[in-house]
Amino acid sequence: MAYNDKVLDHYENPRNVGTMDKSDPSVGTGLVGAPACGDVMKLQIKVNAQGVIEDARFKTFGCGSAIASSSLVTEWVKGKTLDEAETMKNTQIAQHLALPPVKIHCSVLAEDAIKAAIADYRAKAALDTTKKAS
Amino acid sequence: MSGNGTNGETAQRNIRLPIYMDYQATTPCDPRVVQAMLPYFTEKFGNPHSRSHSFGWEAEQAVETARGQIASLIGANEKDVIITSGATESNNLALKGVAAFYRDRKDHIITVKTEHKCVLDTARHLEQEGMRVTYLPVKPNGLVDLEELKAAMTERTLIVSIMAVNNEIGVIQPIAEIGQICRERGAFFHTDAAQAVGKIPLDVEAMKIDLMSISGHKIYGPKGIGALYVRRKPRVRLKAMIDGGGQERGMRSGTLPTPLCVGLGEACRIAAAEMVTDNERLRRLSKRLYDGIVGAIPDVFLNGDPDQRIPGNLNLSFAYVEGESLLMAIKDIAVSSGSACTSASLEPSYVLRALGVEEEMAHTSIRFGIGRFTTESEVDFAIETVLKHVGRLREMSPLWEMVQEGVDLKSIQWAGH
Amino acid sequence: MRNLDHNAGAPLKPAVAAAMAIGGNASSVHGIGRAARAAIEDARERVAALVGARAGDVVFTSGGTEANNLALRGTGMRRRLASAIEHPSVLRAVPDLEILPCDEDGIVRLEAVDGPALVSVMAANNEVGTVQPIRDIAATVRAHGGLYHCDAVQMAGRLPIDMGELGIDLLTLSAHKLGGPQGVGALVAGPRVGDLAPEMRGGGQERGRRAGTEPVALIAGFGIAATLARHEIDDRARIAALRDRLEAAITDMAPAARVLGRDAPRLPNTTCVTMPGVAAETQVIAFDLAGFAISSGAACSSGKVGPSHVLAAMGVDPCEAATAVRISLGWDTTEDDIGAFTAAWASLYARLGHARAAA
Repeated sequence: MAYNDKVLDHYENPRNVGTMDKSDPSVGTGLVGAPACGDVMKLQIKVNAQGVIEDARFKTFGCGSAIASSSLVTEWVKGKTLDEAETMKNTQIAQHLALPPVKIHCSVLAEDAIKAAIADYRAKAALDTTKKAS
Repeated sequence: MSGNGTNGETAQRNIRLPIYMDYQATTPCDPRVVQAMLPYFTEKFGNPHSRSHSFGWEAEQAVETARGQIASLIGANEKDVIITSGATESNNLALKGVAAFYRDRKDHIITVKTEHKCVLDTARHLEQEGMRVTYLPVKPNGLVDLEELKAAMTERTLIVSIMAVNNEIGVIQPIAEIGQICRERGAFFHTDAAQAVGKIPLDVEAMKIDLMSISGHKIYGPKGIGALYVRRKPRVRLKAMIDGGGQERGMRSGTLPTPLCVGLGEACRIAAAEMVTDNERLRRLSKRLYDGIVGAIPDVFLNGDPDQRIPGNLNLSFAYVEGESLLMAIKDIAVSSGSACTSASLEPSYVLRALGVEEEMAHTSIRFGIGRFTTESEVDFAIETVLKHVGRLREMSPLWEMVQEGVDLKSIQWAGH
Repeated sequence: MRNLDHNAGAPLKPAVAAAMAIGGNASSVHGIGRAARAAIEDARERVAALVGARAGDVVFTSGGTEANNLALRGTGMRRRLASAIEHPSVLRAVPDLEILPCDEDGIVRLEAVDGPALVSVMAANNEVGTVQPIRDIAATVRAHGGLYHCDAVQMAGRLPIDMGELGIDLLTLSAHKLGGPQGVGALVAGPRVGDLAPEMRGGGQERGRRAGTEPVALIAGFGIAATLARHEIDDRARIAALRDRLEAAITDMAPAARVLGRDAPRLPNTTCVTMPGVAAETQVIAFDLAGFAISSGAACSSGKVGPSHVLAAMGVDPCEAATAVRISLGWDTTEDDIGAFTAAWASLYARLGHARAAA
């Protein structure tokens, strides 16, 4: 199938590919998908003391649309608070990239990935608070 | 590399982009085939069934010459060759036609899980109509286990349909042995030889083949034409699928497209004359491609038997790189991630699944199909492009990263979606 | 050799040949495959435009025969009727076909249409050229809740035809009868037709209605031929005038010669004319030697030379039918061709015909 220009741009020049230290308490990591389904996304966020996402990184095993969806999400979440980032919907991603129906699941996966990263960060932060309290 | 190389000339080498490496999906018409066909489009345009004037006679003569060329390539009598619109029709006709004729006496069909969609789809349809169908599994190398075939056969077995060469992975089934088994047990043997004709020696007598499907456009002939070999001695009877004017001994009605018949005939003539030299060249190129990729990067696997295969097909799994993203990356090389009929869907190839290739590996497979017009510099360009992009995509792959870190991917609880 | 057998097939038009230089498998996802797909979809629109249909209604087949088979078998209609003068690919498509008779001009009689059924009546007959009252047939079939299939192989590209306006539900086309390549045709299935059960099963091409790798070159050629056919439709008055001149010349010199179906509406290019006392086979051989290709009937019967079922259905006496030949004109037919043929006809008739006996 022919790809949309925006998908091609993100695919050929992916933004924010890379890895951050998982053990860093300011980093939240989301790993979603499954190799058997043909796509796996790892999305990481680095959150500052004000609860704002300072940086984001991704690695994706998947088709061009999956790579583009994750690349786009890393761009979008930077500078957003966790609460703002959490409201992001897969439909926004799908619309922006003009994904065809068979590729909608890529945007769903990207939404899952950012939510998983936020949840991971919050879980770590909660654990950290508990530790400090005890 | 970027997209703007498309349709241009690369600076370093004199090759035209995109490079065509999808010879199992279809082949370009050999220029000699085109030359042979051209007069029959224009000045010799007659209807070969017109018996009343020389336009018709000339066309009829051309069709019969072509029929002889087709027959000669497979060791058949020309009277046994039925011309069709292509291998899909031939496969449909072979199975439905034989089933319709003999179903009162025998009602069991044996085929294989890795057959072309049109054989499997036809078999399923016949199942709905009350035939029993056995879908044989294949060994991990893609070949049928002859003992399993024997075990599956009963006195109710009407026909065994096993393809000669697989379209996705290029493995060659033991056709002569299968023919022998079928003959001994009184079942008809049909082989879908769309990917085999002109690429491996085929002889319907020596291999005891009763029906054989042939495609024009897989052997450098035109699209829209194919043939079905139907044995007369001992006789195989079938009910026609397309009825009308009673052409092709009543087994296939419709005006024969003279230019296409001529093209198929010429393609068969060339294949017969050049099979040995073509194969030698392809073996060399195929080895170059395989060594160039597999020798340079780890975790690349060949699907299908390494020896029992045609040289024009290399189906490789690139672990940790998703096939469709690789297709997109190497878009200056026209390749496929499965058979052309199904590659638009997201399902991993049913052929690779039947081999026992795990789903995650099936998702990473690319079929490189090389052929008569593939050059060494094209192969080198392909190697270079593939290495570069597999490297890039692996750097982007979380799976590759985890494996480098020593994580066993199987130990992870993946959340399917 | 002058070709006066256009109904059997015509030479490819040069522009059609030019459009056919395209390859690739339209199901492949790479650029070459997508270009093939685009060419096929362009052709689909062109073919649809020729017959007043939607592009999505067009199912490409290997030709008219396959399309007729698919129409008769694929709609799910249990009861099927067809006129006696249909092409064998309609008459032999299903075993339980009911036959509708026709009158002496070859016009079908519809009294038997009394309930829901698939009714197959060709637009124009290939042997005589009679044009059926398509609109009336469609209305009758529809009033009884049936589907109307029209084999338009001979009419498309000769006279205008609009499925929507005429009320045709299924329509058969053959590329090589309108200046396109052999080996491709179409069944156009309009909005009243539900799912078509495929005859050809496999890779799901043609939206599951006809499997098999699409012959992209042939389809592209078909598309251009469909567009160019409009010129020929516009040229119909010229062609009809040539045909009328030919008929007038023949009946003037041999009043006993008869033009069959002359009183019915006919295709502008076709005439079926008898030469008293001279067997059709003798005529075609003699005309071939004289440099003219004509036909003694439909060119589909695998060499079987038998009496025409079409003429029989029209009630033509078998002895007279045996002297009838079909002459069919086309876009490349000239006045000179007609003049030369008339002279050849006269000379043959003088040599072998009843004229000699009378003299």
